[in-house]
Amino acid sequence: MGGVMLLFFSLLAVLFTVLVITLRQPMRAALSLVGLMVSLAAIYACLGAHVVAIFQVLIYVGAVMVFMVYTIMLLDDRDTSYRQVFSRLALPAAAVASLVAAALWLLLGSLPSVPVPAEGGGVSFTFSAFSVAFMRHYWFHFELATVLLLVGIIAAWAAIKEGSNG
Amino acid sequence: MDKYQFLTVLSALLFTMGLAGVVVRRNLLVVMMCLEIMLNAVVLSFVTFAVRSQTLAGVAMTFFIYVAASCEIALAMAIVVLLLRHRCSLDLAAHQDLKG
Repeated sequence: MGGVMLLFFSLLAVLFTVLVITLRQPMRAALSLVGLMVSLAAIYACLGAHVVAIFQVLIYVGAVMVFMVYTIMLLDDRDTSYRQVFSRLALPAAAVASLVAAALWLLLGSLPSVPVPAEGGGVSFTFSAFSVAFMRHYWFHFELATVLLLVGIIAAWAAIKEGSNG
Repeated sequence: MDKYQFLTVLSALLFTMGLAGVVVRRNLLVVMMCLEIMLNAVVLSFVTFAVRSQTLAGVAMTFFIYVAASCEIALAMAIVVLLLRHRCSLDLAAHQDLKG
């Protein structure tokens, strides 16, 4: 059952990715991207990595994508990129992407299967287990990440302010 | 092919499609979305290998990727708004003089 769900959400993820690339209107592309994020969260849940699934929904769908949708609603996007969706490099890029995808498929499909570790020997991917391990081993990285977030906020504010001044 | 190999192939496929989207699309916002697809493909491979090896390092790495993605999207949207204000267009062709 888990394998079927994994396959279903993987197909859904590929479908939404194709929609993001091909749809004309940015808002529809953004909604397809939300579908992709939710599909990936479902894949993480199928793998048992519930903490990443929660992060995916809360941070990506709940914050990043909502921010992007707000920006799209603020902007008038009916310019030349609306009428002419693809660049002149569309055909060469599609051909190269097909070749790269085929090469990766052949390369990764030919890798030997590695035996799965014994049951009970690994770690749990629940939120509590992750929180304890995270604060024990990665607290300094967490502090650095908060500084990075603060710098990002200041940089975005400075960019907007610089643009307002001319 | 076991499920870990399958998911690695899926992440490679998503990364390739995101890269193709960055190259072929003309709209700045959709290009940003394709960059997010590439980022998510990397996260998928991290999670796959973390679950495969039963370690938390890959999961912790995804947390930091999410932080970096949040910063990136905040800055990128600010730059998109500024570019639109100066050139009144989201078309990448209107911003050709930004290169190099």
